[in-house]
Amino acid sequence: MLEISNLTHTYGSGPSAHTALGGIDLRVAEGELVCIVGPSGSGKSTLLRSIAGLLRPTGGRITLDGTPVAQIPDDLAVVFQDYSRSLFPWMSVADNVSLPLRRKGQSRKQRTRSAAEALEQVGLASAGSKYPWELSGGMQQRVSIARALAYRPSLLLMDEPFGSVDAQTREDLEDLTLLVRGLHNMTILLITHDIDESVYVGDRVVVLSKAPARVVGDLRVDLPGPRDQINTREHSDFVRLRGEVGRLVRGVRPSQPSAL
Amino acid sequence: MSGRALLRNRVVCGALGVATLLLLAEAAGRAGLFGQDTLPLTSTIVARTVELAGDEEFLTDVAATMTAWSLGLLLTVAVTVPLGLLLGSLPKVEATVRPLIEFLRPIPSVALIPLAILLFPDRLDLKIAVIFYASCWPILINTMYGLRDVDPVAKETLRSFGFGPLAVLWRVSLPSTAPFIATGVRLAGGIALILAVSAELLAGGSDGIGAYVIEASSSPDGLEFIIAATVWAGILGVVTNSLFIGAERRLFRWHTARAGVAA
Amino acid sequence: MKSPAHAAPRSTPSSPGFLTRLWPILLVLVLWEVVTRVAANGFFPPPSTIVVRMREMWLTGPAAHLWLSDAALDNFPPSLARLFTGWILAGIVGVVFGLLLGRSVVLARFVDPLVHFGRAIPPPMLLPLLIPLMSIGTPMQLTTIVFGVVWPVLLNTVEGARYVDRQHVETARVFGFTRGQRLWRVILPSATPKIFAGLRLSLSLALILMVVSELVGSTNGIGFQLRESERAFDPPGLWGSLVVLGLLGYVLNLAFFTVERRVLSWHRAAKQTT
Ligand SMILES: Nc1ncnc2c1ncn2[C@@H]1O[C@H](COP(=O)(O)OP(=O)(O)OP(=O)(O)O)[C@@H](O)[C@H]1O
Ligand SMILES: [Mg+2]
Repeated sequence: MLEISNLTHTYGSGPSAHTALGGIDLRVAEGELVCIVGPSGSGKSTLLRSIAGLLRPTGGRITLDGTPVAQIPDDLAVVFQDYSRSLFPWMSVADNVSLPLRRKGQSRKQRTRSAAEALEQVGLASAGSKYPWELSGGMQQRVSIARALAYRPSLLLMDEPFGSVDAQTREDLEDLTLLVRGLHNMTILLITHDIDESVYVGDRVVVLSKAPARVVGDLRVDLPGPRDQINTREHSDFVRLRGEVGRLVRGVRPSQPSAL
Repeated sequence: MSGRALLRNRVVCGALGVATLLLLAEAAGRAGLFGQDTLPLTSTIVARTVELAGDEEFLTDVAATMTAWSLGLLLTVAVTVPLGLLLGSLPKVEATVRPLIEFLRPIPSVALIPLAILLFPDRLDLKIAVIFYASCWPILINTMYGLRDVDPVAKETLRSFGFGPLAVLWRVSLPSTAPFIATGVRLAGGIALILAVSAELLAGGSDGIGAYVIEASSSPDGLEFIIAATVWAGILGVVTNSLFIGAERRLFRWHTARAGVAA
Repeated sequence: MKSPAHAAPRSTPSSPGFLTRLWPILLVLVLWEVVTRVAANGFFPPPSTIVVRMREMWLTGPAAHLWLSDAALDNFPPSLARLFTGWILAGIVGVVFGLLLGRSVVLARFVDPLVHFGRAIPPPMLLPLLIPLMSIGTPMQLTTIVFGVVWPVLLNTVEGARYVDRQHVETARVFGFTRGQRLWRVILPSATPKIFAGLRLSLSLALILMVVSELVGSTNGIGFQLRESERAFDPPGLWGSLVVLGLLGYVLNLAFFTVERRVLSWHRAAKQTT
């Protein structure tokens, strides 16, 4: 279980200091899929990098299964927002996906198979021998998702993972995330700026305020049955939740009527 | 091919350029513009150049120069690249050593040859030593610079999958620095050739192209052979440089391709 | 004609805290003094001995000559004159031909192999070739320096002149700039950063070639004195000349860096706004 209490982070010091996180409290249960939404520049990536142990926050506590996060946690995968910079240009796509699997002690054969499988899941079965810079932005983004999925982490952090793909692919990737989560019992934190998406994939949606970011809303998504791109999105609960999240993001109290 | 298409062809144009120059020089020589007894005729030089390609003594000297050149360069790479990686990874140490580098680097490397002549009785050692001093700077500086240029997101990616600092150095920093190192080695290659030849010219009892030229200068028609040897030195330079560039293009396609996108 | 280098990082000797960063050098000097005294190897005299020898060689003259001795007056000015004359000549030749080749694709195609060939010749090879033709002396040394250092300027200028922002060229066309104006007001300024990069490489190469040409064929100059010290088996004198050459290289670098920063300030400012 992931527990975050009163997490603060300030970049720089003196007059140019910028407080990105202004005291975040959040608990995520094992196997949960939590979506985080918030305005651009609010500090979502900062929060994610703190959880990943890539950044030492200036205040507060993060614990994972009871132990404080001081280094990079075991069994973690991150899909970075800068997906193109996070792929290694000197390696083929397949090598990019299979490289982290060395940490899992897999044999070369296993690694190749896992990589091919993951690439097929994101619809890039034939791109394995290409180089990342030979692919479009959306394809690169799918490679970095494939890399994270192939790794089968117990904690998966995704920073706007579907930002550069077309609507159709995006829906496929959302469903893929749900599917993989069901199969391998991952805990997933997914940052997005798409409100519909957050409600569609999340078990919970956490809304952050503008910087310094605080949690201004934490909604449980209780939608019936297995989710489905057409029916779920027409469901009345979906429509209601979407409205609530939207108002929270715009800084309107959920009980008040829309200011518009 | 039409005339216009020929003009577009690099090889044809280049060959034409060379031929024109040679013919002009020959004509000027025959017309006595250079003074008959100073500069040999172009045709004579071409003949001598061809002749040298089969001259065993000259080929031995070429081999000697290239041996010193490659050994010196190899030694420099073997020492300097790890050093550069180390310094680049330890910013505190780098900051301490940097003033030293700033003072040592501007010393004109050839000025060390007289000292090296006193220190190294063996001429090969001498050449390798001065080549090392001269060619370590471009390699060191480029390695450190390239290391600073490594994308932090790429490093973080590998770290996030649980890889340690050594794995990150080996799998991210080194490959991403490699094109810079290669550029450094190519620049060092040119400098190393200058040093090798200078050492041969200055240190008596040496072998190599420089020594060949010194020897030739004492014979009456020596100038023809000196010019021919110089032509070969230039050809050697072109060949080694092109080999480097070709290898860089081949190995670091990802680097150039990406830079092309960014530009 | 692809240019030589990735831009090497600028050494910034003028950055703040420079003096406080000097302690490693002092430390090395002290260590060197101690080690050489203990080892007592004739080839490696202690720094203090070198300094004494340098004083003896060059600073024993009359006050009217700023205490410079005859040896200093005979050797330093000719070296500096060769260095700067050669470098400036090469700079002019390199920029003129570089602009020409950079703006004329066809011409560049014809001379491309010649340029590659000329650049690849190790310049010291020219010395044994020029000595019989021009005999020992400053013209021969100047020719060597110019021939050796012209290439970085030439190649960099070609590249700078070739890749002028198309927008700028077209703007100049639209407003009816004459050829001369285009060259002077548009092409030359936008090639300046590259030209300076070439000039910087050339300057350190010019110092090297000045030394070689004086070592091989000269009757005066710092390189000549270096050679004399070697022949006279005078290690302190040899080290003294080395120190002077090192200082000269350092000062040249620093001076060039300062000038370059001045001249290119517009370039940096423009880069920051885009
Ligand atoms: N390395 C840094 N140094 C200084 N300030 C930073 C740094 N990284 C981020 N910031 C600042 O912190 C704030 C939060 O940044 P962060 O990247 O976490 O935002 P975000 O919510 O991920 O935004 P987006 O949705 O655009 O990705 C921003 O105002 C940003 O300018
Ligand atoms: Mg972000």
